[in-house]
Amino acid sequence: MNILIAILVLGGIAALFGALLGYASVRFYVEGDPIVEQLDALLPQTQCGQCGYPGCKPYAEAIANGEAINKCAPGGEDAIKKIADLLGVDVLPLDENHEQNNDDTSNLPKVAFVIEEDCIGCTKCIQACPVDAILGAAKQMHTILIDECTGCDLCVAPCPVDCIEMRPTPETIHNWQWDLHKIAVKQIG
Amino acid sequence: MTDYFLLLIGTVLVNNFVLVQFLGLCPFMGVSSRTETAIGMSFATTFVMTLASLLSYLVTTYILAPFNLEYLTTMSFILVIAVVVQFTEMVVHKTSANLYRLLGIFLPLITTNCAVLGVALLNLRLQHNFFESIVYGFGAAAGFSLVLIMFSAMREKLSNADVPAPFKGAAIAMITAGLMSLAFMGFTGLIKI
Repeated sequence: MNILIAILVLGGIAALFGALLGYASVRFYVEGDPIVEQLDALLPQTQCGQCGYPGCKPYAEAIANGEAINKCAPGGEDAIKKIADLLGVDVLPLDENHEQNNDDTSNLPKVAFVIEEDCIGCTKCIQACPVDAILGAAKQMHTILIDECTGCDLCVAPCPVDCIEMRPTPETIHNWQWDLHKIAVKQIG
Repeated sequence: MTDYFLLLIGTVLVNNFVLVQFLGLCPFMGVSSRTETAIGMSFATTFVMTLASLLSYLVTTYILAPFNLEYLTTMSFILVIAVVVQFTEMVVHKTSANLYRLLGIFLPLITTNCAVLGVALLNLRLQHNFFESIVYGFGAAAGFSLVLIMFSAMREKLSNADVPAPFKGAAIAMITAGLMSLAFMGFTGLIKI
C-alpha cells in the first residue's frame, strides 16, 4: 500500500511538472536557429568567395557549424570582432591566407617612437607634445616616455626628418582595461 | 526581520557556498574565464536556486510530509531542480539568444550543480520555514554569484599577467581560488546565530 502511495505521489508531481514544461515550451517557443541569419547580417555581403565558400550565406552557415571566424577579408578585424561577440568566442587575427593589404594593427593603442639614429635634436616635437612625454634638449637626441605618451599623433607632423613613428603597444598587466559590456536582457514579447 | 537579514549575510559571506562549504565548484572553475559569461551564469543560477529552494520546501511540507514519504526527498528535489533548470533554459533561449550561446553547456549543467541540491537539502536539515528557505536559497545564490564574478574578474586580469610558465592557466586559477577561500575564512565569527 505504502509503495503504491509513493508511486502515485511522485508520479503526480512528475505529471504536474511535465504539464508546466509542456506549457512553457509552447509559450517560449523559439523559431528556427536565428544564428545563421545574425551571422549573415554581420558579413559584408560582397559575395567575393575569398573565404573559400561560394558566398556570405554559405560562410555564415559554416561558421555556425564551427568553421573559423577569421576568413572574411573584406569584413576585416571589425567583422571578426562582431562575430566573436555574437558567438562568445575569442577574437582571432585575420587568417593570413585571406588577408588584404590593410593594416591589421590599426585598432591597437599606439605610442610614438623616436628613431634615434635620425633625430637631429630640433625640439619641435617637444613643443608639440601636449602631455610633456618627450625628453630631450636642443641638439640632443630625444626620446619618448612610453608611460606618459597618449598616442595623440601630434608630434609626428612637426618632425622635419620624419623620425617619429607610431608603434602599437602590446597588452600587458599595466595597460589592461576592463572590456565589460552589459548583457542585453529583453522583455518577453 | 533582523533574523532574515542575519541569515542572508551569514549565507553570503560567512558560510559562502563555494569558498567555505565547497559546493558548486564545477561552474566556479568552468564558467569563470570571462566576466560576461560569469554574470550570465550568476543570474541563471540565482533564479534557479531561489526557485528550487522555494519549490522544494513546498514539495516536502505539503506533499511528502503528509504521506510520510520523507525518504523520497532527494529524488523529488532532483525532479524539482531539473524542471526549474529546463524552464530557465527555455526563458533564457527566448529572451537572450546571445546569453544562451554564451552559457552553452553550463546552462543545462546547473541541474548537476551540487550547490542547488545542497540548498534544498540543507534547508531541510536546518528546518527552515518558508521564508527562511527563500532567503537561504537566494543568499546561497548571491554568495555564489559574488564569488564567481570576483573570480572571473581576477582570471581575466591574470590572463594578461606575466605568470611563470608552469603556473599558467588552470594552476594559477586554483591558487587564486585557494587564496580567496582563505580570505573568506576571515568572515568566520562575523555573525553569531
